[in-house]
Amino acid sequence: MTGALGGVVASPRAWIAIVAIGAITYGIRLSFIHLFGRIDGVPTRVQRPLRYVPPAVLAALVLPDLVTLRPSVAATLLDERLIAGLVAGAVAWRTENVFATIATGMVTLWMFRFVVFA
Amino acid sequence: MRDSFVNEDLLAGVRDVSPLMLGIAPFALVAGIAAVDAGLGLAEAVGMSVIVFAGASQLAALELLGENAPLAVVVGTAAVINLRMLMYSASIAPHFAEYGRRLRAGLAYLLTDQAYALSVAEFDENPERSRWRYYLGAAASLWVVWQIGTVAGVVVGAGVPDAWGLTFAVPLVFLALLVPAMKDRPTTVAGAAGGAVAVAAAGLPLNLGLLAGALCGIAAGLVTEAMAS
Repeated sequence: MTGALGGVVASPRAWIAIVAIGAITYGIRLSFIHLFGRIDGVPTRVQRPLRYVPPAVLAALVLPDLVTLRPSVAATLLDERLIAGLVAGAVAWRTENVFATIATGMVTLWMFRFVVFA
Repeated sequence: MRDSFVNEDLLAGVRDVSPLMLGIAPFALVAGIAAVDAGLGLAEAVGMSVIVFAGASQLAALELLGENAPLAVVVGTAAVINLRMLMYSASIAPHFAEYGRRLRAGLAYLLTDQAYALSVAEFDENPERSRWRYYLGAAASLWVVWQIGTVAGVVVGAGVPDAWGLTFAVPLVFLALLVPAMKDRPTTVAGAAGGAVAVAAAGLPLNLGLLAGALCGIAAGLVTEAMAS
């Protein structure tokens, strides 16, 4: 909708999102640091679900970028993104290294995109 | 407490955080690349990295902005991702309790996964440290690298052809964070359920698939935990 100049001209949509997310995030960061003494900790009822936010959110972010459901199982599995994701996942598991994960994932993607499936 | 601003404690924070930069720098680069891909310019990309300063939520928001998702979904999804920092805020609060309101407000802005984890470990091990200086050394270094990386990513992202699929680095960054986050049975179930629901719900209107996956994953983790006890 921003046309050919998208991003170059100020886009109010992006700025509204940036400011709103920034304000909410700062509120979360400041919460207990500011209130300490009045509220001493996170109640257990809040603490328990918060433990599952990172794995649930991260998986919901990752998987749709690796897997697209298609009519046949073969078409779903024979996807360069899924293969690259599996290789990178194994590297992440063995090394817990962000850089190594990105590097192997990208190289695998290029190998399948430009060589194997080309 | 009359010593100079830059002292041993601040430098210890800078020193201890530096090995983590190997992970943060490519992450920041990807944030810049993703901003270009979502149609944002340099000003918006840097504005986001300065104002939000929370990588995972920035990447999710950029992806949704690029898909023209409604603003409420963009903001709501980013907020859910950053809810984890409520735990960090509560856990580090006692260490900052003696400081003035303004200093605490400034320290809170710089709170990140890495600054939190490093500082709390150091405060336990080394109670003699000036806590705010150590934390500032670590957190401000992360901030500087994050901003430089974002700018570099915008430049790189604008110059590389689309066929290279550079934005594929975004799920790869999340993958590198996801694997260590699945550390026991309930967290693994939370991840598996969140991912499966997000894939199945990818066609949902308003780009609600991510939010639906996240909420189902959290619920699945809680159920697994309840069944085990």
